[in-house]
Formats: sequence, C-alpha cells, structure tokens
Amino acid sequence: MANMDTWQQFWYYLANNGSYVLSQFARHFLISIYGVLIAAVIGIPVGLAIARHRTLSNTVIGIANVIQTIPSLAMLSIIMLGLGLGVNTVIATVFLYSLLPIIKNTYTGMQNVDKNLMDAAKGMGMTRWQSLYMVEIPLSVSVIMAGIRNALVVAIGITAIGAFVGAGGLGDIIIRGTNATNGGAIILAGALPTALMAIISDLVLGFLERRLEPKGKAAS
Amino acid sequence: MPEEQPMVQFKDVEKVYQGGNVAVEHINLEIHKGEFVCLIGTSGSGKTTTMRMINRMLEPSDGQILFNGKDIHKIDAVKLRRQIGYVIQNIGLMPHMTIYENITIVPKLLKWPEEKRRKKAKEMVDLVELPEDYLDRYPSELSGGQQQRIGVIRALAANQDLILMDEPYGALDPITREALQELIKNLQEKLGKTVVFVTHDMDEALKLATQIVVMDHGHIIQNATPTELLTHPANKFVENLVGQDRLVQARADVTTVEQIMLKNPAAITPGKSLAEAISLMRKRRVDTLLVTDDENHLKGFIDLESLETRYQSATSVGDITKSSIFYVNKNALLRDTADRILKRGFKYVPVVDNDQKLVGIVTRASLVDAVYDTIWGENEDYQASDSAKESATPTDQEPATDSAAADDREAPKEV
Repeated sequence: MANMDTWQQFWYYLANNGSYVLSQFARHFLISIYGVLIAAVIGIPVGLAIARHRTLSNTVIGIANVIQTIPSLAMLSIIMLGLGLGVNTVIATVFLYSLLPIIKNTYTGMQNVDKNLMDAAKGMGMTRWQSLYMVEIPLSVSVIMAGIRNALVVAIGITAIGAFVGAGGLGDIIIRGTNATNGGAIILAGALPTALMAIISDLVLGFLERRLEPKGKAAS
Repeated sequence: MPEEQPMVQFKDVEKVYQGGNVAVEHINLEIHKGEFVCLIGTSGSGKTTTMRMINRMLEPSDGQILFNGKDIHKIDAVKLRRQIGYVIQNIGLMPHMTIYENITIVPKLLKWPEEKRRKKAKEMVDLVELPEDYLDRYPSELSGGQQQRIGVIRALAANQDLILMDEPYGALDPITREALQELIKNLQEKLGKTVVFVTHDMDEALKLATQIVVMDHGHIIQNATPTELLTHPANKFVENLVGQDRLVQARADVTTVEQIMLKNPAAITPGKSLAEAISLMRKRRVDTLLVTDDENHLKGFIDLESLETRYQSATSVGDITKSSIFYVNKNALLRDTADRILKRGFKYVPVVDNDQKLVGIVTRASLVDAVYDTIWGENEDYQASDSAKESATPTDQEPATDSAAADDREAPKEV
C-alpha cells in the first residue's frame, strides 16, 4: 500500500470498504434529513403563524438568529450534556440549525404574497384556511423550498461534525483518517461523498423549487 | 317608504379606525336593486370604507347595515361575501391559477360540480368577448384590460346580484378604460345587477351611474341622479367636483335635438333623376341629399361622390341611394347627439320623428349655435368665470357661426 499514491489508495479503500462507506453515507444522509424534516414540520407552521401575527415575528426570528450564531461544535457539546452521546444529539442540533432558514423563508414567502390578492381572496369569501392553502402557500411554496434547501446543505455539514459525539456517518470515516498515519486517502473517502451529497441535494432541491414555482408566475 | 325593500341600506353608520381616525360618520344610504351607484369623492373621503363595509371587509363601529333587509352582522361574513361580487383596483387575479380557475373561485367555494363550473366559465368569457382558449391561460399572459375583464366576470360567476367595485379601472389606459366602462354598464343593464362603484373620476361616474353619492370627509354631501347632480349641485364642493365645464355642458343636456335642429333639410325622393338631384344640391349649396319616400320617411342619402362616379350607369336617385344612415329621434337629448357627431366625425345627423319621418337635420353648425347659446346665453355669471375662453374665441367663432347658420346644411363644400 505504501507504494501507491493518495488517489490509488483512495480507490483501493473504496473497493475494500465500499459497503461500509455506503452505509455511512446513508446514515449521514438520514440524520440530516430527519433533522431538517422535523425543523420543517415545526418551522413552516411557525413561519405561517408569525406571518399572520407580525408582532411575534421579531421575537421568533431573533431567537432563531441567536441559535444560528452558536458555533456548531459548541452546540453539539451543549446538547450532548442533555441527550448524551449518539444520533439524537446530532439530529437535535441539525433541527436547531435548520429552524432559522425555514422559519425565515416561510415568513418572507408569506410576506411577499401580494396583499391585494389576499384582499381579493377574502373579499370573494374564502375562509382563512382556504386563503392559506389556495392562495398564500401556493404562491410562497418555492421560497419555502429554498429555505429547506439551504437548511439541508447546512445540515449535511453539521452531521459530519456529529461523528465527534458518536453518531456515525461520513464524519466517522474522516476522523478515522485524521487518526491514521498517512490517512489522506481515508479522509478523502469520507469528505468527497459528503461534498457530493451536499451538491446533489442542492441540485435536486433547486430543481424541485423551480418545479414548484407557480406556473403563471414563472411566465411573467 | 318605497314599496320595494332596498338591497343595501346603511343606517346611521359610523366607522372609526384605531387611533380615533373617523373614516365615515352618519352614513344613511339606500341602494336599490338594479341601480348603478357610484361613490365619488377625493381620497380620504370615506368612499372605499363605505363600500368595504357592505361585504364586511370592514366592520362598522356604529350603526347598522342591512343586506336584503337582514343585518349583515347576523350573516356569516364568508357566506355574505360569496353572495357579493368583489372587484378591486389591482385586479387581484391569482397568478398561479389559470383563467378558468380564477373565474370559478367562488363557484368552487360554493362547491358547484365541475361540469357546471366549466359551463359557467365558458358562458362568462363569451360574455366579455374573449376566446374560450383563454380559459387555459395564466393571468400574466393577458393584457391589463383583458385581466380586468376577467376580474369583472369573476365577480359575476356565482350569480352574485350585487357587485362591489373599488376603482377597478384606475390603473388602465383611457381607451381600455372606456371599453371596460361600456362593458360593465352593458352587463349591469343586461343582467340586472346592482353595482356599487367607487371612483374619483367624475366622467366615469356621470357615464355609468344611475345614482351618484358624493362623499367628503366621511359624510355624504349629495346623493342624486347624474342629471340632478349636474343641474342642482348641493353646494360649492359638489360644483367643484363636477367641474365648471360639465355644469355648462349640463345645460345643453336638457335641450332636445328638436330644439336646435334645422328644419327643412335638403331632401329628395328616390324617383327623381340625377340631374334634378344635382340641381337641387346646387340650389341648396350642399354635397349630400337625404332621400325620403313620398310620405317623407327617411330612406337614406346620396352624396356627390357617388353621383359623380355613377352618373353614367344610374338614372334615378334610388339607384345610388345609400341606405346605411345614422339618424336620431327628435326627442333625443342633444348631449348624446353632440357626442356622436363629434366622436364619429359625422358632418350632420338627420332627425326623424317617432314615425321615422324626416323632420330636420343637426349639423356641426347647429352645434356651434347651441354651444354659443350656452356660453353667451342668458346667464351672466358664466361669462365671468369663462373670461379666458371668452377672450380667446369670439373673434374667430362668431363669423363662422354666422356664415354657417346663414346657408345652413353641411359644412359647405364647393360644388
């Protein structure tokens, strides 16, 4: 092995530990997705709520902003004190970091819906719910999607650090590499799939975002 | 009390916004079925507030509003709004919905079956003369005028009897605007709808309304028909709002065509020869002759051009008579006739009585006379206010009037 250069070592590592890398890849991805999904389930309704009650918006977005400023490693450690080592700590961290982009984009998306349209919707006799799901959400869904996309890319990065608290994932391979002598190839075997995952997620969600853009709006 | 119950009735309604801003006060207003009511006033006069209280977009602070005799406060707001068409200035079409979906929003809310909605949407686009394939387009693919057409029919699609319109044409160019004004007026008359129309444009109000409510600082200053408003403005404010020009014009309004028409128009019967026609033209110094039958019924006209070009082939006046002729009844109001002559560029309009018999003719020259009379007529105070006009026009207008009136008929073309 010593007579191979880093790239050869890298392919050699992948060839021999392919299934291990793949399982960590899946684990990594799922941790990120779970965190973002939980954040979406909570963040979107919160965003919708603060768009209706403007007075709350500053407080809520302020809190989310504060969370965002805490360094991820510090956040992991703090949450670890509560939840202990393991996957849950990482999911909780991803969740917290995803809240801001999701809440903020939901709020912005809702704010950007033309007030005249909401007036027309109300004046035609839509209930608040009907106005929400027939007018406001369809018109802001692409902005909300952009928030989820941001959150997911950030989440993939955070999950990599999550290996420090024993959650596994591609971060595990990277740490393994940093501990080994001449571990460059192993680091690459962890880092490259992480980067790939982030890029592909971004592309896929970006595509989805454009698909969700209201048709009539795109034509204008 | 009128025997018919008003569709909408305001009873001493007041609206105070947060912070003590009084938007409207002591509003008492009755809107009857089939009326076209224009609420007019400057911005901040409370006209939009008044309108928006009808479908409970705003709740009155005090007083009562009845819709078909029922206190609207006791009707569920959502149900109420679905019975009332609503058109806003910015059109408010949903950009993510097709035209079809836009038109059928309220029917959908009312849970009409798909088939009925589709049928209604087709009927509606036909009504405003848009092609049916527009139904599958998105609002952004339509021009502003077309969008507002859709905005209007969206407010009619669920068979609403009352339509509220908040300066719907404010953002449109004058030509589109005029077309849409005619559209809503026709629809309103054809379908027997009641319309409450907010505007700040007096021309628009006078053109459309059957009842004009002038508002200022949250009060109703005058509630009258357009004619009343023009002839008896309640106070200085209304006078200013209507504008001096229109008040002057308004006096011409009550004049009928008969009063200003020239009697004894140059006419000929179809049986006469072309030579006779030419000599008559020459004698009367005109280039057009009206054609009537022996009982003096208006049949059409002949003009010099066709006389010239078909002199060889035709023998009698009947051969070259053009029957497509525009005429007015002698009892028609001068205002309308003047409009037509000026807008369509007619040089003259024949006047008939109720039996279609030719009794006279209105020419541009006789219009000049009428205008002359209203401006320099009996009333001295208009001279003062129109002094600018006075100094500018009489020198070049007077001789024109005289000569035109002297040898009447068309603007004399050389024969």
